[in-house]
Amino acid sequence: MGNAGIRAFTTLVYLFMFAPIAVVVLLSFNSAQFGSFPIEGFSLKWFEELFNNAAIVRAFQTSLWLAIVTAIVSTTFGILASIALVRYDFPGKSWINTLLVAPVLIPETVLGVGLLLFMLWLSQPRSLPVLMLGHILISLPYVVLVVQARLVGIRRVYEEAALSLGANRIQTFFAITFPLLMPAIFAGLLFAFTISFDNITATIFWRPPGTETVPTQIYGMLRNSISPEINALGTVMIVITVGIPLLAGALARYFARAKP
Amino acid sequence: MAGPAGAVELRRISKSFGSVQAVKSVDLTLDAGSFTTLLGPSGCGKTTILRMVAGLETPSDGEILVNGNRINEVPIHKRNIGLVFQNYALFPHKSVFDNVAFGLKYRDVPKEESRRRVAQALELVRLPGMESRLPSQLSGGQQQRIALARAVVIQPDVLLLDEPLSALDANLREEMRVELKKIQRELNITTLFVTHDQEEALAMSDTVVVMSEGESEQQGPPEEVYNRPASAFVADFLGYSNLLEARVLASNGATTALELTDGVNVNADSANGHFGHAQVKLVIRAEKIGIASEWDGSNGDSILDGTVADVDYLGVTARYFVKVGDLRLQVIGTIDEHPFREGEAVKLRIRPRDCVVLGSA
Repeated sequence: MGNAGIRAFTTLVYLFMFAPIAVVVLLSFNSAQFGSFPIEGFSLKWFEELFNNAAIVRAFQTSLWLAIVTAIVSTTFGILASIALVRYDFPGKSWINTLLVAPVLIPETVLGVGLLLFMLWLSQPRSLPVLMLGHILISLPYVVLVVQARLVGIRRVYEEAALSLGANRIQTFFAITFPLLMPAIFAGLLFAFTISFDNITATIFWRPPGTETVPTQIYGMLRNSISPEINALGTVMIVITVGIPLLAGALARYFARAKP
Repeated sequence: MAGPAGAVELRRISKSFGSVQAVKSVDLTLDAGSFTTLLGPSGCGKTTILRMVAGLETPSDGEILVNGNRINEVPIHKRNIGLVFQNYALFPHKSVFDNVAFGLKYRDVPKEESRRRVAQALELVRLPGMESRLPSQLSGGQQQRIALARAVVIQPDVLLLDEPLSALDANLREEMRVELKKIQRELNITTLFVTHDQEEALAMSDTVVVMSEGESEQQGPPEEVYNRPASAFVADFLGYSNLLEARVLASNGATTALELTDGVNVNADSANGHFGHAQVKLVIRAEKIGIASEWDGSNGDSILDGTVADVDYLGVTARYFVKVGDLRLQVIGTIDEHPFREGEAVKLRIRPRDCVVLGSA
């Protein structure tokens, strides 16, 4: 296969991966009632309808709240866990490390059923806090992995130097470790946010009756009919889940240049 | 309060990591304002001692005293020590000013005074006006100077230097060696220096402590440790030495006659060791043995006949391996025009005062 052949093959692969997404985005700007090509005319009316649909707005708010709280909580615990695992020695350390990261390896369906059974055993009904707990459970391993990797790279002498200069452990953490961890903390927040915002499989198991997140809302709408509103919602989702990390990356690069 | 300011005393200090004993009951006194070097191969426990004085490790046994006060239980951030690491450890996200002023911030030094003291410290390490730079914009040598400024600006009781020069390249290392010593003298600050480099140890120290396998082998001024090694390890570790088995033939108050091997005898100064044993170890530094084709007259010097077996030409000097009977002696001689060649017959001159005798073999 020549150079041209490889190029054509690569193009096809990318087309296969991204064409469906492009179609969704394109159709969301279509003025016609039914999704069909060619596009009849450019229109923002599906977006308008989106904002007038109370159910969707409510689902959006739920998802946003869920994702923000999940990101903050799992990043906080992720940092604390990483410091314990990287900087200190205690019995059962490798076991705890494995257990923390295990949810990444377990199929979400199993995780979903598992947490439900556990809550049943505690005779707790499905509720928003349970859903939040679940999302934290799913995103925590990613935060721990990212922060741990960075922390291993931060040599301990920085902290030792700060201690020798008179800063206590807490002051050392905030003056030295935390700023040096910043890129990983940022990445962890984003990971946790997108994982929570995107999640559908486990959310279907955990959400209390009557509560919808954006993904479950789309899923519900799809069962009734294929409304062009869904395309618009999909576009918004793509902008958020792709746009936020891109923006964050750009910001990180900007700050890195300003302060090498 | 007892003792002069900045004096440090280690009393039977030990440290075990699990079943490994890294430091075994070491006694050490650092006089106020003195420069003491812990010298030894890697894994000899020298860094562990420094980390215990710093408060980064807790001794398993023994006491550490600063100015006469026990500090074993004092946490590191309350010890008032200056610490300089091998790889500088400047905070990469802070400017030079913020790095140097870091310790002052936790000592509640007012802003104005802090600025003045940072400027002074930078002056001291000959990098004035560098306040706004970031560590990544500095060379290795500059970073190490800033690290030194950061450590001394807090006016510590003790300055601890953990192989601070070994990350620098050779020329810079020698330059920094001189400068570090000068700064230490200027501030008159009690200093504990850890290195595996004997040149650094001999060039900079008031006291050298040679360590091996967690134990202090010898403590003393550089000349003493070099010229009068107290053990085979010290003799072997510092410079090039001949370590020989010898039998005591006869001894009077002034000199002792030793037999090295069949028919090869040397005279040693009786003051140079213990002669209580029939069998002893003799240490002769390679550069103390004279090498020439002829020696005239001797006042108690031993002249040995030998044959050059190997030559290691070093420019100013040459290191010879000379066969004397069935012995092989290392000799370092200055070169006049050209070195002796392999197979050449030479005469070696050994002065009694250069023969150091260690206890029984």
